Amino acid sequence: MTLDAGDVSGLDTDALLDDPGIRIVVCCGSGGVGKTTTAAALGVRAAERGRRVVVLTIDPARRLAQSMGIDRLDNVPRRVDGIDGQGELHAMMLDMKRTFDETVEAHTDAERARAILENPFYQSLSAGFAGTQEYMAMEKLGQLRARDEWDLIVVDTPPSRSALDFLDAPKRLGSFLDGKFIRLLIAPAKIGGRAGMKFLNVGMSMMTGTLGKLLGGQFLRDVQTFVTAMDSMFGGFRTRADATYQLLQAPGTAFLVVATPERDALREAAYFVERLAAEKMPLAGLVLNRVHGSGAARLSAERALAAAENLDGVGIVDQTAGKAGLGDPAGLTSPETADVPEPLEDRASPEPSLSPEHGDAPPPRGRTPRADGSPDAGPQQDDEEDTDSTSTGEAAPAAEVLSVEELTAGLLRLHAERMQVVARERDTRDRFTALHPEVPVTEVAALPGDVHDLAGLRAVAERLATGAVSSTTGAA
Amino acid sequence: MSRFQVVSGKGGTGKTTVAAALALALATEGRRTLLVEVEGRQGIAQLFGAEALPYEERRIAVSPGGGEVHALAIDAEQALLDYLQMFYKLGSAGRALKKLGAIDFATTVAPGVRDVLLTGKACEAVRRKDRQGRFVYDHVVMDAPPTGRITRFLNVNDEVAGLARIGPIHNQAQAVMRVLKSPETAVHLVTLLEEMPVQETADGIAELRAADLPVGRIVVNMVRPHLLDEGALRTASGGRRKEIAKALTRAGVTGSAGLVRPLVEQASEHAQRVELERAQRAVLAGLGLPTAELPLVGEGVSLSALHDLAEEFRKQGVGDEAADAAGEGPGDARRPGPGGGPGRGVGS
Repeated sequence: MTLDAGDVSGLDTDALLDDPGIRIVVCCGSGGVGKTTTAAALGVRAAERGRRVVVLTIDPARRLAQSMGIDRLDNVPRRVDGIDGQGELHAMMLDMKRTFDETVEAHTDAERARAILENPFYQSLSAGFAGTQEYMAMEKLGQLRARDEWDLIVVDTPPSRSALDFLDAPKRLGSFLDGKFIRLLIAPAKIGGRAGMKFLNVGMSMMTGTLGKLLGGQFLRDVQTFVTAMDSMFGGFRTRADATYQLLQAPGTAFLVVATPERDALREAAYFVERLAAEKMPLAGLVLNRVHGSGAARLSAERALAAAENLDGVGIVDQTAGKAGLGDPAGLTSPETADVPEPLEDRASPEPSLSPEHGDAPPPRGRTPRADGSPDAGPQQDDEEDTDSTSTGEAAPAAEVLSVEELTAGLLRLHAERMQVVARERDTRDRFTALHPEVPVTEVAALPGDVHDLAGLRAVAERLATGAVSSTTGAA
Repeated sequence: MSRFQVVSGKGGTGKTTVAAALALALATEGRRTLLVEVEGRQGIAQLFGAEALPYEERRIAVSPGGGEVHALAIDAEQALLDYLQMFYKLGSAGRALKKLGAIDFATTVAPGVRDVLLTGKACEAVRRKDRQGRFVYDHVVMDAPPTGRITRFLNVNDEVAGLARIGPIHNQAQAVMRVLKSPETAVHLVTLLEEMPVQETADGIAELRAADLPVGRIVVNMVRPHLLDEGALRTASGGRRKEIAKALTRAGVTGSAGLVRPLVEQASEHAQRVELERAQRAVLAGLGLPTAELPLVGEGVSLSALHDLAEEFRKQGVGDEAADAAGEGPGDARRPGPGGGPGRGVGS
């Protein structure tokens, strides 16, 4: 299900954030695609559009957390300073152990709570083994929603083995805590005691015996103590797991699948879209992060490279070094470029030398070789070289060293590389949209660096809001 | 070079690709490596263009010198049933356990049992020997959980050994820890030259060291070539735009006037990125670990691209270390399995 059924104009995140009926936005996707940043940016945007927002992040990068003032693990939302306008932004980072402890304390009497909290099995379980983080993220979401203090909760999902774990883990833990196996651990007799169940009973005792052997008696006793103490809470766990699951299916919830325009991330995104549909979870659309574009898109990669070739050898001595550094990264030199006639005098014909040393090459026209004799055409991957050209601050000599042809050829090669990236990303995206034309998409143009302040989050949010992509035409 | 190579890294850094390339790089001249995955994603199969891997070791690639890469997707549930079968001959009881949800409990909910089984199975492959007492695999490469979870994942056995204080699980956990904390193991972290992955790498290394787990290399992945340097950039933004426009025209580009600004802008973004990358390189250098670098190979890593990456590893000395270590590897019988059996079974 999509919120904009039949709409091909792309994902309008502002409309989503402004919709008073939307109370929860869940950002999900595979690791490393920018879920947390997206969640934070949406929070900033929604708050500055007047809503009272809380962002629940699971595992934010330190500097992002610091920028929002939530690098302390106190498991309560903190108001974020510096938000413009009438709205409010609160943010918190999930402390899963604390959330688990609080859940236990809230649902049982003090004495029993203490017994549970001190149990070694519980301590390991709550410290974050398989599924706990996912369960607690959903538990916290349920708590925040129940408090009803915010009009909008934006939630980031845990960096799971697969992006789907947070949907499955609560059910898994819920069904375990509520399940036969637990009952069996507490009191095998209850299950096997009835007449006609003798056979099963034998199996049971053999099994608990086996578990004892396998895990060690102490461990099994710890588990049994834990389970007995938790007994009063089982119903509650199961009920809340179910309630949270239903909350996610409710019309006030919107899922945003976050991906980057890369094959693996979009494959996971497609899987997620299908899974959400199967679970009847309301999908609002796809956020495609770190998309590249070009202001010079009308110049194709092929033409840029051909033009760069035309400039090669014009007053350039060390262009072979440049080529070596360029390394033809994506095999993008088309064969026909070799046939393009060189319109200008080919004075320093390229020598296929890979050596960056070129002291014996004839000096180029209008250029002064650098005194230190280091290579001066940019493409070296060598750190020392790079550091050299900046740390000495020799802007002027460096500028003189580079001919305009060399410079322009470099700009063209850079452009060709960019256009290759743009084309590849578009292909990847188109494969996704062909598979899921019903999913509205918004693209977030790539930023050169990481985001770790409110200004950066605002910039991302602005791109989110304006990046809507028509699913039929695509964007340049 | 350590026989057990664990490859971790922040999500999105390409650790599966790096693990696969490393497995190929180590499979030189008749050597045999096992590439294992533990997260049930079938990433290896996708990478090698093979069908989904069953819970079974099978050959997935051969290297130019006749080496072989075998692959295994470790499944915790299967590993547990194997284990029960091996030690307790629990064929039907295993099924009964499964029916009751006990297997599910053990592999998904019980603290760390899942991770114990996954690391245990990998360690078993590391130590497995054939009848002649030679190691079956010269190297085992694991496509491991991401940096944020790797220390807990590898260290889970310590925790479990504490929880289950006696019994076979306890012994198994301790046996696994002995391998993981020895020089037989090296944990490599894959990163990109970006701030967040580098920060996570630094944090991950600190955590691994605090847990006494042996840190191997930092693998800088998806390194892009630098097409222009800073000097060129300063020039470009320094008022030579008219000259550039003329040069574009000379080179046969039409309508060059409108192109100069976006081209220079792109170059300036590029310069910014180069600057950021340089800063991140400095951070990585400060971590004092050997590094390896792999170039960006564009979208959809093909098998031939994997071989290229493996070659890149070898060029940077990764394969040489393998050659050095191989001399002492086979026939080394210092570590008889605690089970005393012929070396089959989880962690034995």
